[in-house]
Amino acid sequence: MDTIPILKIGRALLVTIQVDMHDELAARLQDDLTNRIVECQARGVLIDISALEIVDSFIGRMLANIASVSRLLDADTVVVGMRPEVAITLVELGLGLPGVKTALNAERGLALIGGVSRHRDMDDAVDG
Amino acid sequence: MPSTVETLPIGSGDDIVRVRQKVRVRATEVKLSLVDQTKLITAASELARNALDYGKGGHADIETITAPTPGVRITFRDKGPGIADIKMALTDGYTTGNGLGHGLGGARRLVDDFTIDSSVGLGTTVVIARWKR
Repeated sequence: MDTIPILKIGRALLVTIQVDMHDELAARLQDDLTNRIVECQARGVLIDISALEIVDSFIGRMLANIASVSRLLDADTVVVGMRPEVAITLVELGLGLPGVKTALNAERGLALIGGVSRHRDMDDAVDG
Repeated sequence: MPSTVETLPIGSGDDIVRVRQKVRVRATEVKLSLVDQTKLITAASELARNALDYGKGGHADIETITAPTPGVRITFRDKGPGIADIKMALTDGYTTGNGLGHGLGGARRLVDDFTIDSSVGLGTTVVIARWKR
């Protein structure tokens, strides 16, 4: 069975979507991410979609759902790497993805999540 | 060169992925621009999903047209419950399922040609095309 790996970087989770998503895979990703956010006390979720050639309303809804759930769990979601032609198509489709933060690349996305290092520093200070 | 039609079943989520892949191949063959390819594939994905979710599955006929204008035409056919009010169904935000309701109206904006024919109790046929410019 396919799963999408979720990498932990500091207090952020990184997901790279590389395959054509189908229903079960999208549902599993939402479940896995939700659990990992709590487990890792993640402050943010970075979803890299640079490999996706299209984003239809199904994937758009998945991204919006992940953003809503993570917000309730006190984590920001940033979608990074959207291709220009995908952005043009999404707007025409009527899916502006309200509530989903975006960044051009993973580096900017990490910065947007609110200084992963800042949170780590704070934890270190408490631990020490 | 005669146009070739390929018929694909739409009965599962995997079938939607296959429809997208075949449409991409055809769109590349007739040299649609990247943005036009992306719009056509996205529209095809929306309509295939409609056929699966609301039409209880169906078929997609994918056709390459070479003359007078190169392009790709796709016909989606389902034998579902049909759509009673097409005008309403084309309105953004309208949905009878769990979708966002962007499916039909959104797909129409992404293509050059869009025709829909639906009979309550018999099913729905949607034909879309995107032409090379």
